[in-house]
Amino acid sequence: MSESIKPHAHDEALGLWRTYVFSTDHKTIAKQYLAIGLFWAIVGGLLAYVMRWQLAYPDTAVPGFGWVPEPSMVGGIVPPEFYNMVVTMHGTIMVFFVAMPILLGAFGNFLIPLMIGARDMAFPRLNMLSVWTLALSSLVLLISFFVPGGAAASGWTAYPPLSAKAIYTGVEWGQNLWIIALALEFASFLMGGINFLTTTINMRAPGLSLFRLPLMIWMQFTAAVLFMLSVGPLIAGAVMLLLDRLAGTSFFLPEGGGQPLLWQHLFWFFGHPEVYVIMLPGMGASLEILPVFSRKPIFGYRPIVYSTIAAGLLSFLVWAHHMFPSGMDPRLAMPFSITTILISVPFAIIVFAMIATLWRGSIRFPTPMLFALGTLTVFIVGGLTGIFNGSAPADIYIHDTYFVVAHFHYTLFSAIFFGGFAAIYYWYPKMFGRMMHETLGKIHFWMTFVFFNAVFFPMFFLGAGGMMRRIANPLQYDFLKPLQPLNIFITIGAILLFLGQLPFVVNFLWSLWAGEKAASNPWAANTLEWTTPSPPPHSNFEVIPVVHRGPYEYSSPEAPEDWFPQDRPVQARPATAG
Amino acid sequence: MLSWLPENVSTYGGDIDSILYLIYYITGAWFFLTLGTIVLFLFLYRRREGRPATYVHGNTLDQSAWILVPVVIVLGLDLWIDFRGAEVWEAVKGHMPPADVRVQLTAKQFNWEILYPGPDGQFGTADDLQLDNELHVPVGKVARVTLKSKDVIHSFFLPNLRLKQDVVPGREIEAWFEATKPGVYEIPCAELCGFGHSGMVGHLTVHSADDYEAWLKRTWPSPQSSSARLSAISGEPEDRRP
Ligand SMILES: [Cu+2]
Ligand SMILES: [Cu+2]
Repeated sequence: MSESIKPHAHDEALGLWRTYVFSTDHKTIAKQYLAIGLFWAIVGGLLAYVMRWQLAYPDTAVPGFGWVPEPSMVGGIVPPEFYNMVVTMHGTIMVFFVAMPILLGAFGNFLIPLMIGARDMAFPRLNMLSVWTLALSSLVLLISFFVPGGAAASGWTAYPPLSAKAIYTGVEWGQNLWIIALALEFASFLMGGINFLTTTINMRAPGLSLFRLPLMIWMQFTAAVLFMLSVGPLIAGAVMLLLDRLAGTSFFLPEGGGQPLLWQHLFWFFGHPEVYVIMLPGMGASLEILPVFSRKPIFGYRPIVYSTIAAGLLSFLVWAHHMFPSGMDPRLAMPFSITTILISVPFAIIVFAMIATLWRGSIRFPTPMLFALGTLTVFIVGGLTGIFNGSAPADIYIHDTYFVVAHFHYTLFSAIFFGGFAAIYYWYPKMFGRMMHETLGKIHFWMTFVFFNAVFFPMFFLGAGGMMRRIANPLQYDFLKPLQPLNIFITIGAILLFLGQLPFVVNFLWSLWAGEKAASNPWAANTLEWTTPSPPPHSNFEVIPVVHRGPYEYSSPEAPEDWFPQDRPVQARPATAG
Repeated sequence: MLSWLPENVSTYGGDIDSILYLIYYITGAWFFLTLGTIVLFLFLYRRREGRPATYVHGNTLDQSAWILVPVVIVLGLDLWIDFRGAEVWEAVKGHMPPADVRVQLTAKQFNWEILYPGPDGQFGTADDLQLDNELHVPVGKVARVTLKSKDVIHSFFLPNLRLKQDVVPGREIEAWFEATKPGVYEIPCAELCGFGHSGMVGHLTVHSADDYEAWLKRTWPSPQSSSARLSAISGEPEDRRP
C-alpha cells in the first residue's frame, strides 16, 4: 500500500524490465492487458473467418489456411471436429481473452486510479501478478491448440458429458488445458477485482463522493462485484469437470450417478452475470463519451447508477433462461422468464438516459463519439431481441439457433468492439500521449458499423428459418438449403468486417510514433484523468486533486467555458483547454 | 424477419408463433422509436455556432419523467409478454394430452434410434421395432415421444412443429406433438454433440389416416389389425409433468 501512496521520483532507476515488463504501474499493466486482448482479438477474428468460410462454402479449402497441418485441416478444408474446435475457441477467446482483458483489464486498470485521483491501484504488486497470471493463462490456452487431439471442441459452454469424457470429442489434453486456462483466467480477474474494489472504496481523492464518481467507475466497480460473486460456483464446477476427466469421478456423468444439468446451472449462474461483466464497462465508455461530445451533463446520473445496481442484482436470478429446453422442471420456466424480461427495465432506463443526454446538446462527431453512438444503437437491437430469448415459449423455437447467435453478438459486440474502440479512440491520447488519425478512425467506424450489421442482422433471419448454431454444414439439411444465399452474404460481410479493422491496426501502430502530440485535455473533458499530462507520469498526479463537483458539468452557467473540470475551485481563474 | 419461419404444422405451433409475433411487433415499434429519436436528435442538435447545449441533469422529477414514462410503458409491455407467454407455456409444456401413438427415441452419437411398440402397443415385447432416424406418425393424433440418450446431450428439434427438447443422458424426458399436415419434415439435432453433430438429422413422416394404416400394414405384416392397436393405447388418463 505504502508503495502506491508516495510518488516515485525515480522512474529511470527502475530499468527496462521493471518499467516495461514486470511493472507495477497500473498504466503499464493496462497496456499489457490491452496487448493481450488485441492479440487474442486477431486470433478470435481469424477463427470467425474460418467458420464463416466453411458455412458459406462447405468443405472447400479456406483461402490462406492451406498451411495448417493434418489432421487439423486437410489442405485447407475444415473437418467437422476442427469446426467444433474453431467454434469453441472463438467463443472462449472472445469472452475471456478479448472482452475481459480489454474492457476490465486495460480500461479498468488505466482509468480507476486516474479517474478517482489516486497514484496507483491499492495493491500494485497484486496487480502485476494479475496480468502475469493472465499471460500464463493465455500461454496455456495457446499451447492447447498444439497438443495431440487439438484444442477444446465442446463449445465455449463445455456441456458435459460431451466435455467430461475424451471419447466423446476425441479431445484429450485440449479440454484439460482449456479448463486450466480458464481457472487461471478466473484467478487473474479475481485478483484484479480485489484491486478494483479496494482502490475505488479507499483511494478516492478528497471530495470525490460516490455520486461524483464517473459512471465508468461505477460500471467497472459493479462488473468486478458481479464477477467475484458469480465465479465461485463455476470454479467449483470446473474443478469437478477436471476431476471427471482426470480422476474418473462422475459429478456430471449419469452412469456414475452424476447429473449433466448440474453443470448447466453452475455455468449459467456465472454465465449471465458474466455478460454484464463485459457489457457494463462497454456501456460505461459510451456514458463517459456521450456527455463530452454533446457538451451536456449526463441525463439522470442517479437513475443510471441505481439501474446498474438493479440489473446486477437481477442478473443472479435469470440464469435458467439458458435452460428452457434443457429438461429442467417446466414450472421453473415462468419465474425465470419473468425475471429475465424484467431486466429490460433497468437497461431501458440506461438507454433512455443516453438518448436524453443527446437532447438539446451541441453534438460533435469525432471517432470516439461515433463508436459511442454505435455502442448505443447496436446495444438497443441486442437488448430488444433478448426479449425473444427471455420468453420461454418463444425460446422453444429460437433456442440454439442463429437467432441467439445474432442476439448475443448484438449485445457483446456492442460492448467489446464498439465500446472497446470508443474507449481506445477516446483514451488513446492519455495512454500514449498521441492523437489517433481522425480520418482513418472514421473509415474504421463506418466499415465496422456497416459490415457488422450486414453480418449479424441477417443472422436473425437464419435463426427464424431454424438454422441451428454450431453446425458445420447447413447444406446437410434440406430445410436450410434455401437459406444458403444468406450464409454467403454474411460471409462476404464478415470478410469485409475483418478487412475493415485494418485501418484501425494501421492507425493504432502509426499513431504510436507519428501521431500528433496530445495535449493534456484534448477533448475538453471534466474528469480527473485529463488533469494529468498525456501520458501521465509514474504515480499520475503531482498533487492529489481535490474534487469540487460531479463529472459531467458541461455547459454549466457557473463556468466560463462549456466545461467545468471536477478539480477546479469555483473562484479560480479558468485554464485554457489543453 | 419472421417471414423466414418454416411452415408450421403442429397444433401448438400457432401459439408459439403468436408469441414470436407479439414480441416482434412490440420490439419492432421500440426499435423504430428509439433509433428514430436518436437520428432525429443527432440531426437537430448537431453542433452549431452560437447555440450552446442546454444545462439539464434530469434529476428532478419532471425532467426524469422523460425517462420514467417510457419505462412504465416498457414494464407494462413486459408484463403483457410474460402473461401471454405463461398461457402458451402452460398449453405446450404444462400438461401432456393423452397419447394416441407412443414411441421411444434414443439419441446417440449421431443417430436418432426410434423404437415403436408395434401392434400390441406395449414396449418390451417381441413386436417392438427400431427404425433409425425414421419417425412415423398419423396426422391429427397426439404423438408422445420418450426421449433418452446413450451418451451426450442432444436436442430433439422439429422446426416445422416448433418443438425443441434437449435429450439428456440418465433421464427420460417426455415430449408431445400433434401434426396437422401430412408430409416429411426434418429432425435435426440442435445441441452440439460431437464431430457428427452437423448432419445428425432424422425424418418425421406425417401420414394421412389411410396412409398411416398402409404404413402399419407394410411395417408389421401380421393379421392383427392396426386400428385395434390405436384404440388399445389411447384413452389413458391425462398426467402432468412433475
Ligand atoms: Cu443469460
Ligand atoms: Cu446430437
